[in-house]
Amino acid sequence: MSATKLPPIPGTTPFDGEQAKKGYALNKMCFSFNSAECRAEFLRDEEAYMKKYSLNEEQAAGIRARDVLGLIRAGGNAYYLAKFAGILGLNMQDIGALQTGMTVEQFKAKLAAYA
Amino acid sequence: MARIVGMLTTSHVPAIGGAIAKNLQQDAYWKPFFDGFLPVRKWLDEVKPDVAVVLYNDHGLNFFLDKMPTFSVGAAPEYHNADEGWGIPTLAPTRGDVDLSWHLINHLIERDFDITTCQEMLVDHAFTIPLKLFWPQSPCPIPAVPVCINTVQFPLPSAKRCYALGEAVGDAIRNWDSDKKVVVIGTGGLSHQLDGERAGFINKDFDLKFMDSMINDPKWATQFSIHELVEKTGTQGVELLMWLAARAAVPGTLKRVHTNYHIPISNTASGLMALATL
Ligand SMILES: [Fe+2]
Repeated sequence: MSATKLPPIPGTTPFDGEQAKKGYALNKMCFSFNSAECRAEFLRDEEAYMKKYSLNEEQAAGIRARDVLGLIRAGGNAYYLAKFAGILGLNMQDIGALQTGMTVEQFKAKLAAYA
Repeated sequence: MARIVGMLTTSHVPAIGGAIAKNLQQDAYWKPFFDGFLPVRKWLDEVKPDVAVVLYNDHGLNFFLDKMPTFSVGAAPEYHNADEGWGIPTLAPTRGDVDLSWHLINHLIERDFDITTCQEMLVDHAFTIPLKLFWPQSPCPIPAVPVCINTVQFPLPSAKRCYALGEAVGDAIRNWDSDKKVVVIGTGGLSHQLDGERAGFINKDFDLKFMDSMINDPKWATQFSIHELVEKTGTQGVELLMWLAARAAVPGTLKRVHTNYHIPISNTASGLMALATL
C-alpha cells in the first residue's frame, strides 16, 4: 500500500512494492541469468527453467513471446529483464524498439533527435 | 586530516564497457563521449588523488530483491566485478581502503544514516566503468570505497535525503585522520528511460539545467520528489541522485575543470563533470 496516490506517468511503471511483490519469481529467474551456467540451462529447456522458478502463467507467456511490455505488467523490473534480453542477444535499442513499436532504426533516430 | 580534491560525475551505461573492449573510443558514435574524459584525466594526473569514494547504484549484480538496502557502504579489501548477464567484459578487481570504509560507516551511523555494511560486495558497471574512464589502466591505480544507493526498488530515498547523505560522506572524509587526497565520484544518469512505452525518453533542457545547478546552485534538484524526477528525467534518469550526493560531499564554490554533455550513448543522455575544490 503506498502512502499517497501519485499521478501516473504515461508509459511508465515505477517498480514499487506492488510490482516487486508481483514480479518476484520472474525477477528472481532473470537475476539468475548473471550466471553463464544458468543462462545455458534456460536455453536448453525454457519451460523447465521457468517451472523451477515458479513463474505464473502471465510471466511464462511473456517470456515465451519475448513480450517486454507484458513482462513489465507481470512485475518484471527493467534491470533484471535486461539480463533476459542479454540472453536473446538484444541490446537496449532493440528493447526500446520492441516496447515502442518502432523499428530499431526509428528508435535510434528518435534518440539522436534529442541532441 | 584527509583533503577532498574535487568531485567527478559521469554516466555509466554498460555499452561503454563494450565500446572500450572493442577499442571504439575514436569511432564517430563514441568519440564525443570518450573525448570528454581527456581533460579530466589530465587534471587527475596533476592532483593525483590517493583514494576515491564512489557513489553509485547497483543494477542487480550484488543486490537482489530479497534484501535491498537503501544505502550501503563497502568495507572490503578488494571489490570484484562479475558477469552481469549482458555480455560486457568483467573488469579487474579494485582495491578497497578498509580504514576509510570503517571511518565512513562509523561517521554515517553517528549522523543517523542507518546504512548496510558490506565486507563482501560485487561491484557492477556503475562502479567499474567510471573508474575505467577516469583511469584507463588496469587495474585501477588507486583504491576506492563504494557507497551504493538503491534506485532499483521504489520507494527510493528522496533527493533531499541523498543530498544529506552526501554531506555526511563529505564531513566524514574531511574528519578522516589521514594525509590522503580523496576524490568523490558520483555515477549515473543523465536523463534516460529503458522500460515501458516511454522508453527512449530524454530531457535535454532539464539535464542542462541540472548540470548548471551542480556548479551554481547545488541544492536545486532537491526540490523535486522522486516521482517528479522520474517524470522529468525518466525511470533511470533518477540516477542523478548519485550526482547530487557527490556534489553535497564537496560543498561550496568549486572550480570547473571540465564538463561534457552528449546525446545519445546507447539510450542515454551522457553527462560528465569534473569540479575541483579551490
Ligand atoms: Fe544505471
